[in-house]
Amino acid sequence: MLVIRDLQAFIRDEKQEAKQILCGVHLTVKPGEVHAIMGPNGSGKSTLSNVLAGHEGYQITQGDVHFEGKDLLTLSPEERAAAGLFLAFQYPVEIPGVNNMYFLRTALNSIRHHKNLPPLDAMDFLSLVKSKMKEVGMDEKFLSRAVNEGFSGGEKKRNEVLQMLMLEPKLAILDETDSGLDIDALQAVAKGVNTLRNGTRSFIVVTHYQRLLTYIVPDVVHVMVKGKIIQSGGKELAEALEAKGYGWLENEAEV
Amino acid sequence: MANNYIKQLVNKQYEYGFVTAIESDTFAPGLSEDVIRRLSHIKNEPEFLLNWRLRAYRHWLTLEPPAWAHIQYPKIDYQSMIYYAAPKVKTDGPKSLDDIDPALLETYKKLGIPLHEQGRLAGVAVDAVFDSVSVATTFKSKLAEAGVLFCSFSEAVKLHPELIETYLGSVVPYKDNFFAALNSAVFSDGSFVYIPKGVRCPMELSTYFRINAANTGQFERTLIIADDHSYVSYLEGCTAPMRDENQLHAAVVELVAHDHAQIKYSTVQNWYPGDEEGRGGIFNFVTKRGACRGVHSKISWTQIETGSAITWKYPSVILQGDDSVGEFYSVALTNHRQQADTGTKMIHIGKNTRSTIISKGISAGFGQNTYRGLVRILPTATHARNYTQCDSLLIGETCGAHTFPYIETKNASAQLEHEACTSKIGEDQLFYCRQRGLSEENAVSMIVNGFCKKVLNELPMEFAVEAQKLLEVSLEGSVG
Repeated sequence: MLVIRDLQAFIRDEKQEAKQILCGVHLTVKPGEVHAIMGPNGSGKSTLSNVLAGHEGYQITQGDVHFEGKDLLTLSPEERAAAGLFLAFQYPVEIPGVNNMYFLRTALNSIRHHKNLPPLDAMDFLSLVKSKMKEVGMDEKFLSRAVNEGFSGGEKKRNEVLQMLMLEPKLAILDETDSGLDIDALQAVAKGVNTLRNGTRSFIVVTHYQRLLTYIVPDVVHVMVKGKIIQSGGKELAEALEAKGYGWLENEAEV
Repeated sequence: MANNYIKQLVNKQYEYGFVTAIESDTFAPGLSEDVIRRLSHIKNEPEFLLNWRLRAYRHWLTLEPPAWAHIQYPKIDYQSMIYYAAPKVKTDGPKSLDDIDPALLETYKKLGIPLHEQGRLAGVAVDAVFDSVSVATTFKSKLAEAGVLFCSFSEAVKLHPELIETYLGSVVPYKDNFFAALNSAVFSDGSFVYIPKGVRCPMELSTYFRINAANTGQFERTLIIADDHSYVSYLEGCTAPMRDENQLHAAVVELVAHDHAQIKYSTVQNWYPGDEEGRGGIFNFVTKRGACRGVHSKISWTQIETGSAITWKYPSVILQGDDSVGEFYSVALTNHRQQADTGTKMIHIGKNTRSTIISKGISAGFGQNTYRGLVRILPTATHARNYTQCDSLLIGETCGAHTFPYIETKNASAQLEHEACTSKIGEDQLFYCRQRGLSEENAVSMIVNGFCKKVLNELPMEFAVEAQKLLEVSLEGSVG
């Protein structure tokens, strides 16, 4: 599904100084797997998510990424989306004046267009989106609001999950989707992911906390520190981290 | 980022930049009392009009062009300009569409103006002003059945001189400002509308303005009178050929709403904006004002300003009648080297008068966009209310947005609200949309349309689509 080899990337800060963030990431995600990436703040987890989705603010200096055999790094963000890559954003942006339903339908039909499927008409779309909203526990009134405008943190994240359910990606990356969520919203997010798990669809779940992983049980857990994955293991690794913090791994990594 | 796309769109040509090869009767360049007399003579005008023009001209000679606006342009040489250019006609004047030069009709077809059957389908009555002369008014008979007068200004001078004499200059006096004075002296044509008492105009009325001849100033005048309990919705659209030199468009629009009357005036302005380097383009120096004379009357201005090298206009409402309502909805877009200084004035005189101002400025490229608005509450305007919202959207690093709101309140019972915000089309917004599969093109137009939604909603349905398309063409590709 996804093969990342020695990925290195930097970003320019306000002073135009290059700041290396990814320092050689290796990661292989097979179809149907759920990978969790954990790590302290500033370790490069969100950067990795953004680089995979094609954010143009980052410069890639080395390495390659293949997604279903395609050279991912040569594709535009919209081509990556069309190929089946979805990013649930850590901070979903507001788009004032743009109707949430219109946005969702345009997105869905853009992706259907790439798949050579006919666009969904308004009626079919509406019944589909309503059923998905029920799954994530969103009120239908959110359809007529502007995209994320005035949504609470939890509502924004539910909206991300709704989009994921509608677009049915092959690989979904959840970038700290759990941060700032109450327990109900957290469960709604987890339910969304679990509904989509089907043995072929893959997930990368970026999180600080083990909490989400009790609802979304990962196949593999990675720990990212200073732009590198320094340890990988099963779900018990997440539990160990929760108990001991990242310090012991960072110390080990330096040995 | 996404540079190819940007280049491609920036290079998009102005679609309406063609020139129609037709013969025209033109004056030699220059302005004098003699020119005005000749103009008035050609048009067979009554004495009062000639005298009014001459008074305006003499007053204009004493004025200096306004210097307070946030715009920069070379000094205009008013003596090098042509003040009258009319397409040559075989006879006295076109009696019907068949008498009109086919080349002219072809032009209108290119502009997408529904003059013939298209017009009937669209249900829009159109008065088309080509250079200085009003060419054809469709649907005249159907409107006449309803008692609505809709014709060129020249025709109105001939057929309804008493209405012209009563209302001309009653909202925008020739002494109002430099450009209004100039217009009053030399205006060559325009549109006239009168809606009688109790009549709801059965269709949208529309005027298309087109500047074709070179070195020609266009000075048209629009006068709309809505008598008691009447309603009219009016739309104007504007285009011009691409030329390297600047051309002046100094129009005056006057609206009068009597008791319980309502006038909805919409503009889609797409004059040639000049090229990327700022060469050429129209100077759009326009005075538009409405008077809510009657109680419970309402005037609403909606404008989509995407064209012109420079836009200088402040469609205003004088809220004289008690309980009258004034509205101003505006989208002004400046790309490349365009400059816009636009806004409104709401003058509250009557009791319980209300006004709403929604202004959306979009700047891209090296565009400079200024909102300038005045809300004045006079001592008589008890319980007047105003709500103002002016937002700016910046695209890129080299453009500018400026806001100059003025408020003068002389009545303590007034309630005024003002909201303003400036935002940038974020790369984050674009990335978000593209991550969901939208092309950059679709993402930009979606974000911009969202930003302008409150204003676009005010346009008559069939023109909202046109305006949306216009925004897309004028703006996309300026992202960077």
